Amino acid sequence: MSLKRSKNGRSITSPWIAEGKKYELPISDAVLDMQGRDRTTAKQIGWQIAFIAGLLGLLYYSAVVSEIDLFELLEGGSTMGEYISRYFPPDFTDSASYLDDIIETIGMGIWGTLLAVIFAAPLAIFASANLCPVWIVQPTRRLLDAMRAINEIVFALVFVVAVGLGPFAGVMAIFVHTTGILGKLFSEAIENIEVGPIEGVRATGASKFQEILFGVIPQVIPLWISYTLYRFESNVRSATVLGIVGAGGIGVSLYQSFRSFDYTKVCAILIILIISVGLIDAGSAWLRKRFI
Amino acid sequence: MIEYSGNLQRVVTAVVSVEQKRQASHRLAHQPAVTITHLSKAFKGIPALQKVSLTVQTGEMVALVGASGSGKSTLLRTINGLQLAEKGEVKIFDTSLQNNGQLYSKSRHLRSQVGFIFQQFNLVNRLSVLENVLIGHLSQISSFRSTFRLFTKAEKTRALAALDRVGILTQAYKRAALLSGGQQQRVAIARCLMQGAQIVLADEPIASLDPESARRVMELLVDLNQERGLTVITSLHQVQMVRFYCDRSVALREGVVQFDGRTAELDDNRLSRIYGAAAEELVQRGHAEIFSS
Ligand SMILES: Nc1ncnc2c1ncn2[C@@H]1O[C@H](COP(=O)(O)OP(=O)(O)OP(=O)(O)O)[C@@H](O)[C@H]1O
Ligand SMILES: [Mg+2]
Repeated sequence: MSLKRSKNGRSITSPWIAEGKKYELPISDAVLDMQGRDRTTAKQIGWQIAFIAGLLGLLYYSAVVSEIDLFELLEGGSTMGEYISRYFPPDFTDSASYLDDIIETIGMGIWGTLLAVIFAAPLAIFASANLCPVWIVQPTRRLLDAMRAINEIVFALVFVVAVGLGPFAGVMAIFVHTTGILGKLFSEAIENIEVGPIEGVRATGASKFQEILFGVIPQVIPLWISYTLYRFESNVRSATVLGIVGAGGIGVSLYQSFRSFDYTKVCAILIILIISVGLIDAGSAWLRKRFI
Repeated sequence: MIEYSGNLQRVVTAVVSVEQKRQASHRLAHQPAVTITHLSKAFKGIPALQKVSLTVQTGEMVALVGASGSGKSTLLRTINGLQLAEKGEVKIFDTSLQNNGQLYSKSRHLRSQVGFIFQQFNLVNRLSVLENVLIGHLSQISSFRSTFRLFTKAEKTRALAALDRVGILTQAYKRAALLSGGQQQRVAIARCLMQGAQIVLADEPIASLDPESARRVMELLVDLNQERGLTVITSLHQVQMVRFYCDRSVALREGVVQFDGRTAELDDNRLSRIYGAAAEELVQRGHAEIFSS
């Protein structure tokens, strides 16, 4: 009989454990009976095959409709080098105004996210099946779905018409879309909380509102903060493109430089963008860590 | 037991005041704290409580025993309306809390008179110990104040006094999650004191605790029962605890009251009948002594 060595160097003395043996469990008639009643396996395998086949079909179809074509990519490759060289060297002459635009962009991200949080918190409570009856939950969820389904750019187009060109349209666009996203994420956090503490609060004679304040919110707050910061990062990135439809921020200068073929200026803007978005992501990641 | 700090005077006054409170509670003793009549409750057609009737007088300390699944938790949870029974009535101090599946409109107010202690403590982990105790006062304060967690100095003082009474004053500003199980359960008891609860319902309050913490929690409940005349109804799995701490026992089997009387009369024969096929469960849980004495 050979003694195997465990990871920390001590030898395992029991041959039973060393050889990975397991003791037998008695298999009663009741166990066999339960096994006989298991009808799920065959069905499950059927479903799995159907699922994989469906997935492959879907991938093929989406490749066709999005015109994925390897040959085209290879052919374009030769002209690509020449095209990229037109972006260099970057032209930083307008840096000061780019910085103003970046600050405006970040401001749009901050306000869009803040307004979204204020509205998403109550909506999330109404969308949580463990807190509210189904006739409140379902309509709220559909509302959040609708807000989420429509991209910020589309909302920006809508709001540019409604409130005019400029960053406020961008703020509104971010706000509405983010409310949909955070509302859903917040309510998922609520649906995963422990019920024990809520019952503990309820048992003292507290009202439903107090149950939420003291039993629910403290449990979800770290996740909510973390989601909010994630969305803030991604909203700043979104805000950079909203300028293309006239909704303020750095996107305006970016689009203008593109249209006038000032590729060196485009390059400068992109570099500034990468740096500032990188800084924001790092800052918010640091904040997020402190809250969990 | 009483600690001999040398200050005999203090000990004497403490004894006197306990005696006064006992007398005070004796005056109330003939008012029932909890009256349950013909309570029935089923989950998906499977009965969990069947025509349970039970009266608990003010100041009593009652143990609820029975095998796993016999309906102890269900009974306790219907007493304070956390759960609705389909049939029957629960009265708290002569006021109906629920009747035939209807919760009385002032049930929240009634519930604030009843403290509940859970096996898993059910504290809000991310709040401080003090805040957890203050939760016991929520039924008395406005939504506005709760939104901003505005508690008055007097309220905080009372919460600290409650923590002092259960012996964990020094933990007041820690997060509840950081406390040991026994300490957390004492926070839950402090929350009941903050509520000013006259009745304490405890669902296996010591089942998740080590023996020493369990003993301290049980002794705290007994002390509160004796010094304040608190009515305590507690489910317990450990038979020796029941015998040691509770004069009266109520035994359930499959949702039916099988025994209701002095614990001293709940002998081994009776117990094994009540536990029936689950009697083995008692042995496996390390309570074989009840069959051998
Ligand atoms: N929420 C619920 N949904 C469905 N069935 C339930 C629910 N709560 C309790 N039951 C059932 O009701 C019966 C009584 O359960 P209960 O929890 O009151 O027993 P118990 O005496 O407290 O048991 P234990 O000692 O294991 O805590 C059991 O059959 C249980 O499965
Ligand atoms: Mg139970």
